[in-house]
Amino acid sequence: MKYLANVTTLSYAADKCAGCGRCVEVCPQGVFEMQDKRAAIIDRDLCMECGACARNCEFGAISVNAGVGCAAAIINSMITGGEPSCDCSGSGSSCCG
Amino acid sequence: MQIQTLQFVKKVAPPWTAGTVNTPVGSVFRLSSDWSRPDYWGMIKSRSGAFRMNYAVSPGLYAVGDPTKDSDVFVTANYKLTFDMLRRELKGMQAWILVLDTKSINVWCAAGKGTFGADELVNRIVTTKLDAVVSHRRLILPQLGAVGVNAAEVQKRTGFRISFGPVQAKDIPAYVQAGYKKTIEMRTITFPMLDRLVLTPMEINPAMKKFPWLAAGILLFFGLEPQGVLFKQAWFGGLPYLILSLASVLGGAFVTPALLPFIPFRSFAIKGWLIGLLAVFAVHQLLHLPAPGDTIAMIVSYLFFPVMSSYIALQFTGSTTFTGMSGVKKELKIGIPIYIGAASISLVLLIVLKVKEWGLL
Repeated sequence: MKYLANVTTLSYAADKCAGCGRCVEVCPQGVFEMQDKRAAIIDRDLCMECGACARNCEFGAISVNAGVGCAAAIINSMITGGEPSCDCSGSGSSCCG
Repeated sequence: MQIQTLQFVKKVAPPWTAGTVNTPVGSVFRLSSDWSRPDYWGMIKSRSGAFRMNYAVSPGLYAVGDPTKDSDVFVTANYKLTFDMLRRELKGMQAWILVLDTKSINVWCAAGKGTFGADELVNRIVTTKLDAVVSHRRLILPQLGAVGVNAAEVQKRTGFRISFGPVQAKDIPAYVQAGYKKTIEMRTITFPMLDRLVLTPMEINPAMKKFPWLAAGILLFFGLEPQGVLFKQAWFGGLPYLILSLASVLGGAFVTPALLPFIPFRSFAIKGWLIGLLAVFAVHQLLHLPAPGDTIAMIVSYLFFPVMSSYIALQFTGSTTFTGMSGVKKELKIGIPIYIGAASISLVLLIVLKVKEWGLL
């Protein structure tokens, strides 16, 4: 299943890639594959902006504006003015178990 | 007294353990690999949202089988359901399980919040004296934990090298057997119908919590007559709208998630709107609605309820495995003005309907 096209904030600088393969290992959507000892983006629209690749790229080749793709969290952040997070109903409670 | 009670609780072995295993730094609980009745019952209750927040196990080190200083260390969250799935899949293996304190939240959500993160992992490695329990320096983390854990940072701080294992615990035996290599299936997350269905109670519950307010509003509106609120009027006038509301909740919170890949368009708002449209049509056919000539009631039905279903369906983006923040923001940017507009126009039309009914127009 794919979500909306051309919306992801994922950006990748192939020239910084050292070919360690971490991004392929951590991406749950199969956005990256190794091609000629370097990571390559297979399909940008598969990206769900979880941020695992950017957090684990030691060479700073990947950046993404990571966050939760959750309507309730985003509406909540619009009202309260914070970053969208899974704490939808205040402290001590959560929508995800 | 308080302290005594705490110590007593700590010494009692949880029901899902089977004895203890000695390590150079003390004894740790050995886990039972089988689920007992309370484990199944706990899963059902936590899935239905009965006590999600307190379904936890104590963080720390546990043993599976008879692990040695060379055995693998699997890291997990302290949400009991996550922990239960892991111990069940490790049946027959000799391994260590390091449980992080994620406040009884699953790996993926906890990694997003940062509680399944490098700081907690480093802290847990130190407090369990893991470096004295095992002689190697390898950790296997669930792949979805990578959202919160920077592997290079953990290695720098502790010397432990992280491998991110498969997404799902059930693939661990095959992953280990393949020499810690993942197939593409093991590292990509899917979202099959069964996975979607088990999440729907948590979509229906919050929607139904707001339902009494909507129902009260509908009944009050239809019962309102120049001479006061009439119960009979409220019931007969409001009932079709109550049924339409329920159909919209089910359309957005159950049918849309269940049939997700089969409904056209990628936008959840459009998917939910289409299902809502079908739901309204079905209810109209079944109840022979609206009464002939009742154009305004017809417009309100088709204007408001599909939009309500759309809004509820959009909430499911919080439970999926593939929706990103930028996409949901885009949907909301377009959707919210439409939702507010449709609801406002519907309200105005209903007021017109009421005024006509009272013979004031």
